Amino acid sequence: MKKEYLSIKKADGPLIFLEGVKEAKYGEILEITVDGEKRIGKIVQIDEAFIAVQVFQGTSGISTLNTSVRFTGKSFELSLSKNILGRIFNGIGQPVDGGGPIYSKEKFNINGRPINPVARAYPKNYINTGISTIDVLMTLIRGQKLPIFSGNGLPHKELAAQIVNQAKITGAEGERFAVCFAGIGITRDEGAYFIDKFEKNNSMQNVVIFLNFADDPVAERNSAPRCALTAAEYLAHNEGMHILVVISDMTNYCEGLREISSAREEVPSRKGYPGYLYSDLASLYERAGMIKGQQGSITLLPILTMPNDDITHPIPDLTGYITEGQIVLSRELFNSNINPPISILPSLSRLMKDSIGEGYTREDHAPLSNQLISSYAKVQETRALTQIIGEEDLSEEDKKYMEFGRQFENSFVNQGFTENRELDESLDLGWRILSILPKEALDRIDEKMIEKYYGK
Amino acid sequence: MSTNEGNIIYINGPVVKGKGMESFKLREMVLVGNHQLIGEVISVNDDIGIIQVYEETEGLSINEKIAGLGQPFSVTLGPGMIGNIFDGIGRPLSRIDEINKDFIPEGIGLLSMDKNAEWKVSFTLSKGDYLKEGMSFAEIQETQLVNHLLMSKPGIEGKIVEIKGNGIYRFGDVLGKVEDHQGNSHELKMYHRWPVRVKRPTKKRLKISKLLLTGQRILDVFFPIAKGGTAAIPGGFGTGKTVTQHQLAKWSDADIIVYIGCGERGNEMADVLNEFPKLVDPKSGRPIMDRTILIANTSNMPIAAREASIYTGITMAEYYRDMGYHVAVMADSTSRWAEALREISGRLEEMPAEEGYPAYLSSRLAEFYERAGYFETLSNKEGSVTIIGAVSPPGGDFSEPVTENTKRYANVFLALDSKLAHAKHFPSINWLNSYSGYLETLSIWYDENVNEEILSNRNKMMSLLQEESKLLDIVQLVGEDVLPDSQRLTLNIARVLKKGFLQQNAFHKEDASVPLDKQSEMLNLIVHLYDKAKKCIDAGIPISSVNNIQLYDEVIRMKYNIPNDNLEGIKLLETKIDSYHDDLIKKYAR
Repeated sequence: MKKEYLSIKKADGPLIFLEGVKEAKYGEILEITVDGEKRIGKIVQIDEAFIAVQVFQGTSGISTLNTSVRFTGKSFELSLSKNILGRIFNGIGQPVDGGGPIYSKEKFNINGRPINPVARAYPKNYINTGISTIDVLMTLIRGQKLPIFSGNGLPHKELAAQIVNQAKITGAEGERFAVCFAGIGITRDEGAYFIDKFEKNNSMQNVVIFLNFADDPVAERNSAPRCALTAAEYLAHNEGMHILVVISDMTNYCEGLREISSAREEVPSRKGYPGYLYSDLASLYERAGMIKGQQGSITLLPILTMPNDDITHPIPDLTGYITEGQIVLSRELFNSNINPPISILPSLSRLMKDSIGEGYTREDHAPLSNQLISSYAKVQETRALTQIIGEEDLSEEDKKYMEFGRQFENSFVNQGFTENRELDESLDLGWRILSILPKEALDRIDEKMIEKYYGK
Repeated sequence: MSTNEGNIIYINGPVVKGKGMESFKLREMVLVGNHQLIGEVISVNDDIGIIQVYEETEGLSINEKIAGLGQPFSVTLGPGMIGNIFDGIGRPLSRIDEINKDFIPEGIGLLSMDKNAEWKVSFTLSKGDYLKEGMSFAEIQETQLVNHLLMSKPGIEGKIVEIKGNGIYRFGDVLGKVEDHQGNSHELKMYHRWPVRVKRPTKKRLKISKLLLTGQRILDVFFPIAKGGTAAIPGGFGTGKTVTQHQLAKWSDADIIVYIGCGERGNEMADVLNEFPKLVDPKSGRPIMDRTILIANTSNMPIAAREASIYTGITMAEYYRDMGYHVAVMADSTSRWAEALREISGRLEEMPAEEGYPAYLSSRLAEFYERAGYFETLSNKEGSVTIIGAVSPPGGDFSEPVTENTKRYANVFLALDSKLAHAKHFPSINWLNSYSGYLETLSIWYDENVNEEILSNRNKMMSLLQEESKLLDIVQLVGEDVLPDSQRLTLNIARVLKKGFLQQNAFHKEDASVPLDKQSEMLNLIVHLYDKAKKCIDAGIPISSVNNIQLYDEVIRMKYNIPNDNLEGIKLLETKIDSYHDDLIKKYAR
């Protein structure tokens, strides 16, 4: 029989502390009753004198006397079956859409386990998003984790919705595809926006949603992405589906982590975030991927807003070290009315090198993409020069670069949030714009390739 | 087994405290809890011991037992390591996969190479011979590239009183016995265990004198790494640290590569596992997996094992060095290792120094880098360990503690630059911020093995690049047209040098790795082009005539168009350069 404790020692922030506990497991889930109302807690530290418990639904209303705690002996587990598709849950995996609970014999620990590196299949198939910049310059690969680095007020949710709506996996006709969405600390408007988009697209039956709103308890921010990833793992590894996981917004997740860490009086690292921020983020991001001999895949698309648009802030910085590239949104482009405002130079997909080109996309994909980026980098230099001497005084070549830059932004990048372009269409458009530059300026492309595609 | 036993009283992530641990030794290996998680004692205070646990601690309960194993944390060293992939504490990941498919469980205990694996052993000593410590008594052809010497464990020597004959034996078999001066008998096996935090002994340290050939132009010519040397590769994310490390692992002329994926991406390790077996070593024509050991502690694997992983890697490297091999250790990334130190230190509530890192960060880094070197081994052979550590400074800012402290111990500093990376200039090594401390030491080697011009050419081009950076500041303000012709020439040649020489395409068949003679010829040609053009400018010929875009373009493309094994084309280009400029001078002289 499991023990029940009828009083607690201390409540502080999202934590409560118990004394004199004889038997407790690290990470164990506790059932907490506050004046008859049930809550869930998790042991986050065990000390000789006390144990610290993080309460998911928040600690408000808790006194040292009105609270009883029952030990379950179990870790945080989620019941999962195929019936989760089309359902909406809160941050600790309880249904909030009015439907009944999920019944299943199978329960899964929301922390998952690390995939053995030898069991990983190296991701190779690309996902066609229908967005020129992403498909040509930072190709999304099935099984990849590719975050969107955004800023407050930038249209990341429109971009995410566009990707979800348009995403097609090549070579996966007839295979099943679903989306797991985790909203962490998002406003109710944002939540409604995403649900509305899924419904308009008639894709609700292929979506699982976990929502933790901005005014929900902070401790639930910690479990929401883990629940979503556990559901994704279930669908991918047990049901063989291809899952796209969208998490918005990782910045709120990290803020939550910082709040709990400071309540635990831990030694802070950069900007007050805990020293384990990197490994904590990795424990989420690394759950993306594919396993050898299995059909399913998990592709992860976390969204984070960079505080003050600063890419060196610990959250985007540590994220960039774990994920396989990033899509960076730019305020400058957004203000110039270029949508989606994807900033080409700092954006990158690390997995595209082995998944594009002949046999995957098209033979000219890799050199074209390299050339577009390096020519566009040159445009930036030319623009800096124009600021000082004016465009009239530029050399002929530099003028062509200026024209290339304008066309590139206005027609290649600026496709809007509704247009869906085929990859061939995007590649051809890239060539058309590149042909503004003289052949000699194309130093990243083989001569044969130039002959074949230049000016066509 | 040991009689040492304590009880858990405290759990916080990977840090566990136990009571009743008076007899535990510092750095002793322990088994924690009912699942027997592997851990190491990192502090003892009265009867309280602090342990870092190398596996996930969720589910661990207070009052569970802590059992001491009586020996320091060690790894098994023996045949079968090459081509294998291990976790941070030296357990083969493929064996873990056999036990639990696809995911890594906790509590599976210490694993090492399969005890039943069979190897063909040829003995080199016989009964009655005296086996000195670290000397070999037999050998095994481990892979086509590696002849594995079976050595006595350092510290053990004596007369061979029993030894088997040539034949096939299993990994766990006893192959012989030695009797030392005290009359104690020691078993000889294919393997021995060695504590990872202890340097393996050598006879003496030798002077560094050989280049670690990498096939990468900016390294071999501009910032050379020596065999037995140390190098650091710092760079923000997306600057190509990992690609650079992979390039070195693939193309460097070390005999053995130990690649430590420390806190990095799982898919990247999958990439290595996928790609390396297909890649062929240019020297031997064998897959490079035949000379590679991989250690993977991906960023979601337990943090304490990350701290241990670089010691595991360097110990394996030293083991092969003792057989007389040149071993290169790639650690990607040492920042993750330092962060693991910081996290554990934070959980121990130690007083933090700079940016939360423990005060002993610097001394730990020093201990690691100082294990590199060129040695005479106990068995009188020459062997070396080269350490190349990637550093991931937060925000790409090199003034942070890990980069700063690494700079103090690493002799080569290859600063990766995000601006170059954004412009797709790869390898994005910034030539102005990087340095190599081995230029002087290696100058004799260059003279003897390449030619005498290469270093003077290099220096000439370095000053050209230096001048270019100053000129570019001016160009930013007023444009290129106002510069005098000689300075505009500097800019043009610097452009040719950057595109044609410093940039190298890791994914191009011809350009991925370039032999040193071609590197030297290429540099020579660019210097020659500069000299010729300079003469024309000095003769008063305007830059517009001296400039020959098509010729420059051909020089830039020589890395792709001229095959590595046939340098005829460079000679042809040189004639072209000569005739163009000579004609020019003749024309203007009239």
